[in-house]
Amino acid sequence: MPNSIEVQGVSKKFAGRLVLDEIRLDVVEGETLVILGGSGSGKSTLLRLMIGNLRCDGGDILVHQTKSLAAMSAAELDEYRKSIGVLFQSGALFNSMSVADNVALPLREHTDLPEETIKIIVKIKLELVGLREHADKMPAMLSGGMKKRAGLARAISLDPKILFYDEPSAGLDPVTSAEIDQLIIDLNRKLGVTSVVVTHEMDSAFRIANRMVLLDQGKFVAAGTAEEMRNSRDPLVHQFVHGLAEGPLTDRRLAGGYVVDLLGAE
Amino acid sequence: MNAILRPISALGARALGFLEFIGGMGYLFRDTALAAPRSLLAKRGRRLGWQNLWAQMVRVGVRSVPIVILVLFCIGAILALQMGPILRNYGALSEVADVISIATFRELGPLVSAIVLTGFAGASIAAEIGTMVVSEEIEALEAEAISPIRFLVVPRMIATTFMMVCVAVIGDLTGVAGGLTVGNLVLGIGGHQYLTHTFNAIELRDFVTGLIKSGVFGTLISGLACYLGLGVTGGAQGVGVATTRTVVLTIVALITVDLLFTTTFYYFGW
Repeated sequence: MPNSIEVQGVSKKFAGRLVLDEIRLDVVEGETLVILGGSGSGKSTLLRLMIGNLRCDGGDILVHQTKSLAAMSAAELDEYRKSIGVLFQSGALFNSMSVADNVALPLREHTDLPEETIKIIVKIKLELVGLREHADKMPAMLSGGMKKRAGLARAISLDPKILFYDEPSAGLDPVTSAEIDQLIIDLNRKLGVTSVVVTHEMDSAFRIANRMVLLDQGKFVAAGTAEEMRNSRDPLVHQFVHGLAEGPLTDRRLAGGYVVDLLGAE
Repeated sequence: MNAILRPISALGARALGFLEFIGGMGYLFRDTALAAPRSLLAKRGRRLGWQNLWAQMVRVGVRSVPIVILVLFCIGAILALQMGPILRNYGALSEVADVISIATFRELGPLVSAIVLTGFAGASIAAEIGTMVVSEEIEALEAEAISPIRFLVVPRMIATTFMMVCVAVIGDLTGVAGGLTVGNLVLGIGGHQYLTHTFNAIELRDFVTGLIKSGVFGTLISGLACYLGLGVTGGAQGVGVATTRTVVLTIVALITVDLLFTTTFYYFGW
């Protein structure tokens, strides 16, 4: 299978601080790639670089093996964005619009479809995520899980080739989280889309991933299938994947100069 | 050495911050001017654009009309009460109408209406867009290939500019009505006499210069509100800071721009 996305030595700085350090990874067409990492590991920044909301400071991202995100003009970037869908962590629904209008917005903005057709497409997309009967509700009336599902319906409204998910399970109860995971799997199978999921929820990651990539402090640590990651002998991968309280991640935090900070001198 | 350099460095940082702010505003106005024709005329998204524009006009303009009427009526009445005794001493009581009409049409109508709209439209636009930034809605728009400038800024700027002119006209008339009421009931100037003086005192250029000012004020109010709203960082606290800054900076900017206008009109004899 060809690569949908190739991340080629990407670096990103914020206010002089290196957040991503020469990250390299490929996303194969049709797969679900999960990007793992703790808070501040740079995984959400990497997602924002891949959707074109941020520009790389170094390296490049190739889309469909030919188009360079760094070299794209504003118009080309818009065309690329029309071919992808993004589910943000909070759902990011437009609060002044109903659920149906949220889903219809990309169709109204980017297609010449008549309003009747748009309404039918909106119903189909909402049915896919199980929200058809909530079409007329405002986002404020929805639960966290429903907001994410509505956000997902909006993300797939233009039938994207690649879907990006930013922490899809964050803040959800286990059952709703499992429902969202099942949706990701179903959309991947039914629509044949490539999925890139950023998360630190291991249960969710193991359910949905074809492959996983682990980032730590902006650096690439490891990549592999769910099984390979689970059986990894790398102490950092082992600690993160199994959610252990002891290991290199916690050792680093404890060695962070607490005594010096407390007493003011060594 | 540090004691000498520190204030210079702080001054330099402030100057750079100010230039960055002016530059950012310039880019926002340029992008808005470029995006406006597509927002209003393009086939795609047209329905949404007009609906959005109408909603903004109601929010910005229609809802602020009662407050503008109340404030300008009171200002007209206050001016009449203040000017009446002075002009009576000079035997020119009926000139109250002239003073109030010129002051209202040229200055107070546009300026006071703009200050009311700053509270109504400016603060709410900054808070709304700031909240959208915090809740990732702006990022979602960009990810959907929808320009936040075209989708959010253009309708707000057009609505505020247009409604500011409309509200200023209402304010002008209300100010005259306030003066007329006090002039007639308290100062004893006949209604017909008051209106005759008003129509004789006001020239077309007084009305037009007031309208030009109002249009610029409207653009300024919405431009600053959108710019500061889009620049929100730091969650709910950032939204509060942006809203306060919008109100303060807009009022300062309105009065500064008003001075520039008045100076220009003075030198050109308008």
